Amino acid sequence: MTANSLETLAANAPAMSKKIDRKLAIIVSKGSLDMAYPPLILANAARMSGVDVDLFFTFWGLDIITKKKMGKLHIATVGNPNMHPWFHIPTLIGILPGMSALATWMMNREIAKLDFPPIPEFVEMVSDAGARLFGCKMSMDMMRLTKADLVDSAEVLSAMEFIEMSNGAQTLFI
Amino acid sequence: MTTVSLENVKFNEEGYMVDPNAWTPEIAKAIAEREGVVLTDRHWVVINYARAEFKAKGEAPTLRNITKNTDVSTKELYALFPGGPAKLAAKIAGLGKPTGCI
Repeated sequence: MTANSLETLAANAPAMSKKIDRKLAIIVSKGSLDMAYPPLILANAARMSGVDVDLFFTFWGLDIITKKKMGKLHIATVGNPNMHPWFHIPTLIGILPGMSALATWMMNREIAKLDFPPIPEFVEMVSDAGARLFGCKMSMDMMRLTKADLVDSAEVLSAMEFIEMSNGAQTLFI
Repeated sequence: MTTVSLENVKFNEEGYMVDPNAWTPEIAKAIAEREGVVLTDRHWVVINYARAEFKAKGEAPTLRNITKNTDVSTKELYALFPGGPAKLAAKIAGLGKPTGCI
């Protein structure tokens, strides 16, 4: 189906019997692999239920929508209190070379088993599902990033603009 | 095809059919009409796939399962079933509320 006919289809869609009047704003502040999934999963679940979603990527969260980094997110094995129970990697072992790569590989494998897509595909899916993606202007300036460094569907927004935009939304900070 | 009456079809309080095996394509049309959706061939690609998955696995497929295994993209899925495709597609396909997270 072409983009045009999709638009026509959306425009001609009769008003839904129950329009869901709920809006979610998620502030995504972390860019490690284990912390990248929760906001994407929640955003996707919200869209699947007809809830509007805006995602504001700030600080390390920007990595998730930065083209060059989104496919290479990894897990820290040192200073990550979640390592031990799940991965059984004690901190002292975590400092060894290759341990972060191993944990990342393990997580990617487990995530794939649950049929969750890799991060780049997940970001595209959430965007296709109608969630809006915003890069934090201040974080981008700090990391010397421009709009061209972000995925095409992302816009750049200042913190104040995001606060205005998320007026009335339920807000999550992840 | 004339639209069948939904009078004799049992729904739970959330609007999902109580007995997925009592579903027929005519009932799907009537549910869709009630939900404000006019079914096209593209809707039927999704509905037929969801029914087949239900038959094989006993539950409604996740949206990701649908987009991976049919030619319906995420964007199209949301355009076909506006206002929450997971629930709406399952309702029209006569299936229970989807439990998958993706």
